[in-house]
Amino acid sequence: MRRNEYLIKAFFFLTACVSVTILALIMIFLVKEGAPILSHVTLKEFLFGQYWYPTDDPVAFGIFPLIVGTVSVTLISTLVSVPLGVMTAVYIAEIATDNLAAIIKPLVELIAAIPSVVIGFFGMVVVSPFLQDTFGVPTGLNLFNASLMLAFMATPTICSVTEDAIRSVPESLKEASLALGATHLETIFKVTVPAAISGISTAIILGMSRAVGETMVVLMVAGGAAMNPHSLFDPVRPMPASIAAEMGEAAFGSEHYNALFATGVVLFLFTLGFNLFAAWIAGRYNRK
Amino acid sequence: MTGNRIQYRMAKQKILFGLFRSAAVLNGLALFAVVYFITSRGFSALSWEFLSQAPRDSMTKGGIFPCIIGTLCLSGGAILFALPVGVATAVYLNEYARPGKIVGFIRMAINNLAGVPSIVFGLFGLAFFCIILKMGVSILAGALTLGVMSLPVVIGSSEEALKSVPDTYREASLGLGATKWQTIFRVVIPTALPGILTGTILALSRAAGETAPIMFTGAVFFTPKLPESLMSEVMALPYHIYILATAGINIEQTRPMQYGTALVLVLLVLGMNMFAMILRYRLRRKMKP
Amino acid sequence: MKKIILVLSLICLASPAMAGKLVLKGSTTVLPIAQKATEAYMALHPDTVITLSGGGSGNGIKAIIDGTATIGNSSRFIKDKEVKQAVDQNAYPVPHRIAIDCIVPIIHKNNPVSDLSKEKLRDIYTGKITNWKDVGGPDMKIVVISRDSSSGTFDAWKELVLDGERVTPAALTQPSNGGLVTQISGTKGAIGYIALGYINTDVKVVSVDGIKGSEQTAKNGRYTISRPLFMFTAGWPEGETLDFINFILSPKGQALVKEAGSITLY
Repeated sequence: MRRNEYLIKAFFFLTACVSVTILALIMIFLVKEGAPILSHVTLKEFLFGQYWYPTDDPVAFGIFPLIVGTVSVTLISTLVSVPLGVMTAVYIAEIATDNLAAIIKPLVELIAAIPSVVIGFFGMVVVSPFLQDTFGVPTGLNLFNASLMLAFMATPTICSVTEDAIRSVPESLKEASLALGATHLETIFKVTVPAAISGISTAIILGMSRAVGETMVVLMVAGGAAMNPHSLFDPVRPMPASIAAEMGEAAFGSEHYNALFATGVVLFLFTLGFNLFAAWIAGRYNRK
Repeated sequence: MTGNRIQYRMAKQKILFGLFRSAAVLNGLALFAVVYFITSRGFSALSWEFLSQAPRDSMTKGGIFPCIIGTLCLSGGAILFALPVGVATAVYLNEYARPGKIVGFIRMAINNLAGVPSIVFGLFGLAFFCIILKMGVSILAGALTLGVMSLPVVIGSSEEALKSVPDTYREASLGLGATKWQTIFRVVIPTALPGILTGTILALSRAAGETAPIMFTGAVFFTPKLPESLMSEVMALPYHIYILATAGINIEQTRPMQYGTALVLVLLVLGMNMFAMILRYRLRRKMKP
Repeated sequence: MKKIILVLSLICLASPAMAGKLVLKGSTTVLPIAQKATEAYMALHPDTVITLSGGGSGNGIKAIIDGTATIGNSSRFIKDKEVKQAVDQNAYPVPHRIAIDCIVPIIHKNNPVSDLSKEKLRDIYTGKITNWKDVGGPDMKIVVISRDSSSGTFDAWKELVLDGERVTPAALTQPSNGGLVTQISGTKGAIGYIALGYINTDVKVVSVDGIKGSEQTAKNGRYTISRPLFMFTAGWPEGETLDFINFILSPKGQALVKEAGSITLY
């Protein structure tokens, strides 16, 4: 009987290790398939090279414009999604009546559920022509459009994590502030939000991480030009878009195939960095 | 003087609260805009023929039946992998493990797995399942890739469900002489089942809507016949939208098909989500004393 | 364990079902022909299962080399590098010419420009000319649209128009001919290039050095931006694959080529 219990525990432990194994396998395979590119270009050329011509003769494997593309769509989408997500969360948690919150919260969750390809499609057929007609920009498939669509997708993540953070602020703190004569608004800005700031930071980082890794939207609406954008309406080619567009054609084991996996490594490190940072903030917060 | 000050403060509050409310409303409007647009344009494409037939005439006519079946195969297969592994992991973390370095490490791995970009899962699936394990482009490879991606979602919601089972249940069962395993299998899991189910539906809906992980591992442009085995390639709803919108032969002519396919996918995914939400809502009401 | 056995047995069951199955991969230019042919062929042979995917010529030839497809569609001939890869992996790709295609530059239908020389096209695509007024059009920024690097159309354009020079990094990219047409029809300053079969009334075709790309000018050789389209097989085709290739080369198949907007072989 004892022995059985022990075996069962061991079995559950092993299944729990599946996730660790998968994460390890992902890293191993990305590096294994990506590393050989370094025998064609140096790390510096790969990361900071300005030209991405993976099939030309001579080839150029510089992913700098792709990194710039990813960073720029992420930052601009964050500028939109953070105020929107945090304000919505504050509204749901602090201002709205319970009944109203019970309606808005599921709506925001439903946004998170819309498949990314549908949002990309919407950006292509609705937002892009709208931008062209309204702003007279040469192409509606650009940095701005992609950022807007990404912001739409990242907002629910930011909103729900922020809401949890705000709800975890002790009622007594808020009551104390109100009792001292502060208005509801002042309490939110000077007590609740500062008390929840770690949780809100985590929310922002997770939202950014989502924007960094999102593929279909940037593949369909970012325009796909591998250049450093000069304006908000220039097309870009973020890393996930480049991988998704080119992987199908890159012959197994070719330089191009290796270069795309190496791009995957860079992308993975970006999100890993974001996640570890978020975990670090959350950890610091819990210890306090 | 003080009165003015208070009025000023209240006015400021009113204005800013209005702003916060409009942020919330903006979200709702955006959701409404996307859903309205897809529905209004896609509704006319919907018909029994559209749902039950294969595409014809260079995909400008006919339906999307193979895509629906393909998506069901891929996402269903993903859950067949993610559900047992995910629930077992959650059981370990919640019932057996004691907090420590190893558990911390496992949790960190799960959190990071949740943050891995979908396209990276696609790369991994291609290199590992399709090439190293020689599965090729197939339902099996696509479903496993999606399954790996869904794992953190299933683990997270299962753990939450297990946590909501009151400790008194466990103590009662153990007190009656049941072993730990019997307690888990007969008491804890059945009590947590509705919660686990809710999470599973959410994971299923997410897997059904993903495109990037299946682009190189499971989905193809056109194969009008239904899959014969796990090694068949399939068409899938999200990938079908992508190719019709970007790589179709005549994009303008296939517009109605694009809207229709998008509508079917949105209905499928949002339907599953709403179902899960209602389930969760009723569950919470039941749990409350 | 049971699960593993189940999976393995399903895999084993799957293998005999491979008979009567054709997997076509590759060029989006060949796609309309392949799709029409697939539909017609399956109507004649209801038991055959055909799978068709795009992804570009490189993908088609690659699939023949790795054995992941029975027919690799390509809008260009096999490259030296690919021949080497094929020899290394003991594969012998055999080309079958199935149609002729010509690539035409297209612009927004309201753009007054109607003719461009090859030199001007090259300057536009390499980024030396960036405004329509430099080529006799209105003062408007040129939005250069190109195809993804996997595309055979891109390869042909680069070779026949750009003399191998690099396309400007500012060029937008589209994964397919169809996507490009849609984008150009909605973008006033745009220029792109597509296979003749994709032209519709939403875009305007520009002649090159005074000659407009058409079936006639491509067949008689006056329009130079044209190339043959291929289906590659691994080794000389046999059985179902041979039937399929023969079907496309038959008058019935060539009629489909014409329907799909490409130019017939004979």
